[in-house]
Amino acid sequence: MSEVKYSKEHEWIKLDGEEATIGITKHATEMLGDIVFAELPEKGSNVDKDGTAGVVESTKAASDVYTPVSGEVIDTNQMIVDDPSKINEDPEESAWFFKLKIKDKSEMDSLMNKEEYEKFAKETSA
Amino acid sequence: MSIKKTSLNNLHIKYGAKLVEFAGYQMPIQYKDGIIQEHKYTRSHSGIFDVSHMGQLFISGGDDLTNDLEKIFPADLKKLKTNQSKYSFLMNNKGGIQDDLIITKTSDGFLIILNAACKYNDYEVIKSKLDNQYKLNLDESFSLIALQGPEAKNVLNKVIPGCDSLKFMNGNNYVYKNEKVYITRSGYTGEDGFEISIKHSDAETFVESLIENGSKLIGLGARDTLRMEAGLCLYGNDLDNDTSPIEANLKWAIPKSRIETEFVGSEVLKNQFQSGVKKLRVGIKPDSKVIARGNTKIYNDKNQEIGKVTSGTFGPSVEHPIAMGYVDNSYSTVNTKIFLEVRGKKIPANICNLPFYKKNYVKGEINV
Repeated sequence: MSEVKYSKEHEWIKLDGEEATIGITKHATEMLGDIVFAELPEKGSNVDKDGTAGVVESTKAASDVYTPVSGEVIDTNQMIVDDPSKINEDPEESAWFFKLKIKDKSEMDSLMNKEEYEKFAKETSA
Repeated sequence: MSIKKTSLNNLHIKYGAKLVEFAGYQMPIQYKDGIIQEHKYTRSHSGIFDVSHMGQLFISGGDDLTNDLEKIFPADLKKLKTNQSKYSFLMNNKGGIQDDLIITKTSDGFLIILNAACKYNDYEVIKSKLDNQYKLNLDESFSLIALQGPEAKNVLNKVIPGCDSLKFMNGNNYVYKNEKVYITRSGYTGEDGFEISIKHSDAETFVESLIENGSKLIGLGARDTLRMEAGLCLYGNDLDNDTSPIEANLKWAIPKSRIETEFVGSEVLKNQFQSGVKKLRVGIKPDSKVIARGNTKIYNDKNQEIGKVTSGTFGPSVEHPIAMGYVDNSYSTVNTKIFLEVRGKKIPANICNLPFYKKNYVKGEINV
């Protein structure tokens, strides 16, 4: 069974055993506007919880993408590099950013569930 | 200081604008469609821009006005016919640009369109350089609305008949709802278009009628990507107090007839005309999809810093990252290889011609 959690930096993370898929939330894409560039971490590299693991850019500005948990990058989504507009179209499914082999499952504990995140997103954008 | 609202504020909200503060005004950065769709709609049809935050300075009175204004601005105002406009600059003594502006000769003087962030300072500077006999009026009782794009003339002609006969960089008085409006054929997008100065109380119905005729409201976000594709400068980014019009590659806006005459900054400009400049504004095309924004450092192939980017984005019509900036003049030749430092990496790029996007009469021609 997979669980989806959310970070305060507007990333979502879906855990399947030791494998986590990470992307940015629909709310994040709405704040960013049209995304025209995406940069992903290198396959095989290690990323640390709350560290930078990519970049997205709209026509207006660049924003860092953070990883909500630590781990080794085992896959990246070339589709969003080739066509960054996919991130606006389907941010929480096909336009995922990278997959990690996670280091420490307990890092998931501090993240928000869907309900908590929706409340957080509403409050911070008000 | 409280944030100001333009006469179109309610309309912005009605059409789903995301509002931001810009130069002391609450302005729409984008509407529901988003920057890319708004940009493309302007290029393919027409877009309406609220530019009421910009300054409309009327100067009149006195027989020597033209002479006295030529001591301030490097434009050939004597040759200007009534209702004709010219792009010019307000400069400091060092030839640095304090503002870039459009001067139009009116029936009783001149109208100068100023950048929003500069307008109050410009007013003080211009007033201090002119005799008391002249009347200066930074008139805030009119909204300013730009209509840009290939369909702009057809849309506007339905609302205010006859304006399609205006020539580029010319203006005239028209009537809308029994009130005088002043329209110039000009713009900031690289498209054909108009700027309409209209009473605040008529602005909303006027814009609604443009929308009824097929046009759409466009935010400041797309205004920025449109002007960048057209190679046009944004004051504060690409032009500032330490940059002259020659360095900004805007030599064309200083007429030959004025080079030997005196105006604020003329000594420096004359010298730069003769001896050249150290830095020059250029177009920059990154090789990859990486976007270099303002303040990105520029290097040569020997890793020496040679300049900096002043504006950069993704160009929605050219479908590629675009930038402009200043480089050491010896690197300003088209196709010179340069490197842009983005997030610690050196990104290869080339100096290229401006504009990135050039219109011809039938369709857009893409330069990138």
